[in-house]
Amino acid sequence: MMPSLGRMVAILSMVGLILFCGQDWVAAADRPADAPPLSPVELALTQVASEDESVRDTAIRTLVEQGDASLLPQLEAIRANADRSIRQAIKPLMDSLKNRANLKSPSTDVRRSAATDLGSAGKAWAIPWLEAAAANEPNKWVRYTMEESAALLKLALDDQTIKAAAAEKLGELYSQNGVPAMKKLVAIGESAEATEPQKIVAKAAAEAIHRIETWGDWSNAIETFFRAMSLSSVLLIMSLGLAIVFGLMGVINMAHGELMMVGAYATFVTQEIFKAYLPPSMFESYFLTAMPVAFLTAAAFGLALEATVIRFLYGRPLETMLATWGVSLVLMQAARVYFGDLTAVIAPTWLSGGAQVMVGVYLPFNRIFIIGLSIICVLAIYLLLFRSSLGLRVRAVMQNRNMSSCLGIPTRKVDAYTFAFGSGLAGVAGWALTLVGNVDPGLGQNYIVDAFMVVVTGGVGKLAGTIVASLGIGGLNKLIEPSFGAVYGKVFILVLVILFLQWRPSGLFAMKGRNADS
Amino acid sequence: MMASKESESLAPGGGGLAFWVVGFILLIAMPLLNVLPPEDSWLHLSDFSLNRFGKFLAFAILALGLDLIWGYTGILSLGQGVFFGLGAYCMGMHMMLTIGKESVYGSDLPDFMVWNQVKELPFFWKPFYSFPAAVIGAILVPMLFALVFGFFAFRSRIKGVYFAIITQALALAAWLVFNRNDTNLGGTNGLTDFKQLIGYRLSDPGTQRVLYIVTVLCLGGAYLLCRWIIRSRAGRVLVAVRDSEQRVTFSGYTPANYKLFVFVVAAALAGLAGMLYAPQVGIITPAQIGVLPSLEMVIWVAVGGRASLAGAVLGAVSVNYGRSILTNYFPELWPFILGGLFVVVVLLFPDGLIGIMRKMKERMRMGKAAAASEGKR
Repeated sequence: MMPSLGRMVAILSMVGLILFCGQDWVAAADRPADAPPLSPVELALTQVASEDESVRDTAIRTLVEQGDASLLPQLEAIRANADRSIRQAIKPLMDSLKNRANLKSPSTDVRRSAATDLGSAGKAWAIPWLEAAAANEPNKWVRYTMEESAALLKLALDDQTIKAAAAEKLGELYSQNGVPAMKKLVAIGESAEATEPQKIVAKAAAEAIHRIETWGDWSNAIETFFRAMSLSSVLLIMSLGLAIVFGLMGVINMAHGELMMVGAYATFVTQEIFKAYLPPSMFESYFLTAMPVAFLTAAAFGLALEATVIRFLYGRPLETMLATWGVSLVLMQAARVYFGDLTAVIAPTWLSGGAQVMVGVYLPFNRIFIIGLSIICVLAIYLLLFRSSLGLRVRAVMQNRNMSSCLGIPTRKVDAYTFAFGSGLAGVAGWALTLVGNVDPGLGQNYIVDAFMVVVTGGVGKLAGTIVASLGIGGLNKLIEPSFGAVYGKVFILVLVILFLQWRPSGLFAMKGRNADS
Repeated sequence: MMASKESESLAPGGGGLAFWVVGFILLIAMPLLNVLPPEDSWLHLSDFSLNRFGKFLAFAILALGLDLIWGYTGILSLGQGVFFGLGAYCMGMHMMLTIGKESVYGSDLPDFMVWNQVKELPFFWKPFYSFPAAVIGAILVPMLFALVFGFFAFRSRIKGVYFAIITQALALAAWLVFNRNDTNLGGTNGLTDFKQLIGYRLSDPGTQRVLYIVTVLCLGGAYLLCRWIIRSRAGRVLVAVRDSEQRVTFSGYTPANYKLFVFVVAAALAGLAGMLYAPQVGIITPAQIGVLPSLEMVIWVAVGGRASLAGAVLGAVSVNYGRSILTNYFPELWPFILGGLFVVVVLLFPDGLIGIMRKMKERMRMGKAAAASEGKR
């Protein structure tokens, strides 16, 4: 809709513009002679808020070609006073300029997100910027994003040869983002009135899509595997302490989850102390400091629990379960009353973010850390059980309590230490879990039933059982989650565990003995 | 040692009088106190109190079943809430369907289905149009479920801690499934907003009074059933399984069958309890069937006294009464008290309230005997 000349002039003069509308935009001829001549950019700035769409578009074009991010404050000011349609017109311009500047940012993340934004904004003017930036880009993944964005933009151009080349490029890049647009191109190519070049483009796009989807299946498989490993590690760290205590004393500690919560809160308190009393430069090291703190705090809680409750229930595992459940309720409520519900641990910078190993495969550092931690825990327990004198005694008591007692092993002391050690492991698990979730009183409850299942499936007294069971349950969980959904996946696993126990009633690696009860 | 104590409490005679006294109070005195005295009289029992008490008695039915399986047979089931929930949902589904056009959206379908854009009633809801089907379903569905689950569990000799963990996982899984919207069971909000039961308005105190009386009668029936089981030969085998399963096997019995039987009976009682609970409380949500509620049920029996049917009833009523008072005045304190109860009862009073009462009786008798012997001297 073209407004009339007179009305436009009135509006223009109202906003203080002194210029003349013509077919070609000649720098204002009748402006006061004393003012210095306007540069094209300055002129465009004055015109960008014009009601006339063609005027506005030309101004935006000029600003894109010649302007830079230094114009942003001025544009912002114009935008603040303009009405809605003009604001909407200026917004992409500002975004483009901002992102263009960000392409040169020292931070890889900023560069990368700027490239992504430019690609999704769909403004063809960004193609040369992206290509120029990609040529000088040192980081592989940022360069990848820049190339991908440029190709995406080219895909939207009118020239069919460029389109076909862009599709091929996207195929080479295994770009998931390009698939929707290319599917449209394929559809166009298949329609009855498609021209020959369009068909060529469609062919190129179809090939690219096939390539991308094959790659996507692979990368999905890898990511699923990684997620499964990560969940298995969480389960493993949680179950290790539980399993050792179960193996030694035949007791499932229902307060295990709350001992994890104790470890998580110990981490939180350590963080707060670092924040309050130590210089900020040392803050980063709080996380590693918190590990022994979490271990010792949870171990102390465990020792107290053993001395006050469990010791008196020896040989009555069901009663022990109930009593420890009571303790868990008390601990949970105590945490709720004392800490409240909102506490979060800030992950140290070296654990935030992640590594991109392949196109479409992104591995977060905190998950990698947890996988590593679970391996370290297993090694530590192995060393403790099989290379230390305490471990020797623990194994002796596990095999035959009465006999060990006769041979002079202080079985009750072994129980107490083992229980404390198992609790300490729970504390370490809680410490690690602060990386993947909030610290709240319900922290222990989230995974604990799964951990019980791991212990039951794994069987008593063998480290390998726990490892295999947590790999199995964690892995299956993530494998069937995409097709069944999280809830039915859990139900399915319960059914599997019950069926599995049909075959092996006391878990994977049961202690062999001549006892008819076992 | 345990067995000898058991045979004492199993002996006929003792407790007969108490049964009739308690029965009279629950069945006749309490409803009369609700109806007869004027509202401001100190003797008056409010509608609210009577209704609340009815709820506790429904829980007591469940506790009886749990006592059978845990107290007498020594199998700790941490999944009784599931059976309770199945019974309650069966009755709840019937009451949802009888709301009819009175619902908020005025549709024949329950409100939450309209909300979730379900167009047609799912097939498993259809039988529940009929009241008898709902009553039978509320008992039969938990029984069938327990039969299948128990068959696999006991067949492979899953027991002790293993069984407890598996049933706890069952409770968690059931809770997750009932919470889903796509199972068409009302999701997190559960089933609520019931209007009527076989034509009687649920908001009418008279209806609630009748429900209370039905609950008392069911409790009495359940008590007699459990007592009959305990005193039968099968009951003796159950206790023997608890005390030494091995010897039972060697004596030529198949413990798995007895366990399965008692597990199914306990599930039926839990379903019955749920069926009576739903209309009296007016809502059933997944929150009542999860891991924590199932564990709380165990503590009712522990507090009352294991291996004593009266103890189960006493425990269910007293713990729930305490809960309803305390959560009213000190909501933050209740988890501490509940947790403390678990620890203290297990550690210090393994026989619960009934055990304490027995001990006091013993003391008194000993004291009397001592006094008598001194008098003779």
